Amino acid sequence: MSAPQDIDTLKQRMLDNEFPDARGRYGPFGGRFVPETLVPPLDRITEGMRDVLHQADFQHELDEQLRHWVGRPTPLSYAARLSESWGCDVWLKREDLAHTGAHKINNAMGQALLAKRLGVKRIIAETGAGQHGVASAAACARLGLPCRVYMGQVDVERQAPNVDRMQRLGAEVVPVTTGDRTLRAAIDEALRDWVSAPLETYYLLGSAVGPHPYPELVCHFQSVIGREAKEQMLRQAGKLPDVAVACVGGGSNAIGLFHPLIQDESIHLLGVEAGGRGVGLGDNAASLVSGTPGVLHGCFSMLLHDEHGQVYETHSVSAGLDYPAVGPEHALLQLTKRAEYVAVDDDKALEALNECCAMEGILPAIETAHAFYGARRYAQDHPGSTILIGVSGRGDKDLPTLQQVNKVSNP
Amino acid sequence: MNGIERIAQAIDAARQDQRPALVAFMTGGFPTRESFQDHLESLTTHADLVEIGVPFTDPMADGVTIQNSSKVALEQGVTLGWILDEIGQREWPAPILLMSYLNPLIAMGDQLAPRCKAAGVAGIICPDLPLDENDLLKPDLEANALALVNLVTPVTTPERLKQLCDTATGFVYAVTVTGTTGGAKSGGPGNAAPVTETVVDYLKTIKQVSNVPVCAGFGIRTPEQVTALGAHADGVIVGSALVEQLAEGNDPGVFLQYLKGQ
Repeated sequence: MSAPQDIDTLKQRMLDNEFPDARGRYGPFGGRFVPETLVPPLDRITEGMRDVLHQADFQHELDEQLRHWVGRPTPLSYAARLSESWGCDVWLKREDLAHTGAHKINNAMGQALLAKRLGVKRIIAETGAGQHGVASAAACARLGLPCRVYMGQVDVERQAPNVDRMQRLGAEVVPVTTGDRTLRAAIDEALRDWVSAPLETYYLLGSAVGPHPYPELVCHFQSVIGREAKEQMLRQAGKLPDVAVACVGGGSNAIGLFHPLIQDESIHLLGVEAGGRGVGLGDNAASLVSGTPGVLHGCFSMLLHDEHGQVYETHSVSAGLDYPAVGPEHALLQLTKRAEYVAVDDDKALEALNECCAMEGILPAIETAHAFYGARRYAQDHPGSTILIGVSGRGDKDLPTLQQVNKVSNP
Repeated sequence: MNGIERIAQAIDAARQDQRPALVAFMTGGFPTRESFQDHLESLTTHADLVEIGVPFTDPMADGVTIQNSSKVALEQGVTLGWILDEIGQREWPAPILLMSYLNPLIAMGDQLAPRCKAAGVAGIICPDLPLDENDLLKPDLEANALALVNLVTPVTTPERLKQLCDTATGFVYAVTVTGTTGGAKSGGPGNAAPVTETVVDYLKTIKQVSNVPVCAGFGIRTPEQVTALGAHADGVIVGSALVEQLAEGNDPGVFLQYLKGQ
């Protein structure tokens, strides 16, 4: 997609904070591959982002909302029993304690505030696990903006509590029955809606994916996670972690944790993708581990697709990770080997979820459980290390899935 | 004659007949792989230009009709390579363009332009390749004298419209409505997009700026629209309405005759 560059040069440019460039590229990844109709609204968001985000009054308003409504800073908890069991020091960055129960609220409130400044009257969003939908619905309710959320029919069924929450928060939830009926189909449908009303609509995209400037915008709002975690580690643990671990679907939670740590090269960045049922195309959602470069939803990144360029259906027990592509910054982090990405399958994620419940009194989201298992594996290979895990969200929303899984396991 | 010249000649021939060029769209391999050659024969006989839609799993600019046709084609194993093989089996009465999302095109890599040329394809329309990224395909296509058709829309800014028209080859695709293909709803003449004064002004503006022919598309399904739009454009593009005909098992050529008022 662009002239090949020496990996070391790319890495140095990344460490020098040169990405994204003016075209929204992260080295060879990123960019903007959208219908012409969406260019004007994307330009407007890009200009708005440059004009508004650094204004003192915007920052003040966002800070106030994050502090007094979202509940930031979220705590950093020492996981004493896991630490003892794993033979490491394990610290948990608790996005599960943010309002609405996941990191998604950081981005939803940030973008909703931006949309309001841009004078937009209508918000659309998509959701997989429902956490971004709930966060968008809540942020829009808080700011008095109408909100429509597209959600795949499969996810509507497996994340029923969140559908109810969105509706109670005043959002219109539109089940998507086309395509794979999960997050990917919901994004397709949200984009079609946006193409139909590009100027009066703001698309509040929920992950660090999509056309420029979304990966940058989402990273900007989620980086609060890594900034806080870094400060808290220094204050509470007296040092930076050896490794920061986060689950990766589209990658917003992970980029939020990783981005402020990229220049601290002593910290190993470990992203954990959904290994699903196995390594076969269609059996997982591990686009960095199993994918190849391609274009989906306006962005050139790592993608699960076949040799004809057709995007594959994915599988994960976690609705929030069930997406065939990943944010372009992660693709660059992988290419430059600044971060490592591994896959954890469904069963192991559920095993880690149970361990976290039993030993720390925390029910993490199934997404997050992937990170816990990845961290445990890292601990086995690196005894005595200091591990920071991004707890992306809480698992209440996954109870129907967990009940279903238990039924299957213990009929 | 190369691909770009064949497109120009076809539009010019229609102009000589004092009518807009009729550009017909069908999804490759829909409703069946077996019917592809017959339908292509019918379309290339009755239309001046034909677009073959390359099915894609995530068609973000398409309405429900073309989405469904793509799904059916994909389920039958239709690929870009298969479509090119089918087109390349013979010469057709009208020039053929491919309309494809970017990912299937780049999946073919360096072979894309040479294989298109060898198959007799005249050009490519790629809805998710905006002007700023044209370099991705344009040099290879131009080296093979293949057109890269740019799309403009009612929300395109004047500055960008000029750039799009200046860099278009073959023709400029004027999307007449903001929305997906097929209009707000598909099915029947009642859902035809109205040819309003705004649409007419929009087409006049593009015509003033463009040095290549301008073809208007999206939501076209009646002879009245063809006449009304044809007065202000060099061609009209019919897509979803034709795909509906194919879905119902009808000969698409008959529908094209109807649109031409014959």
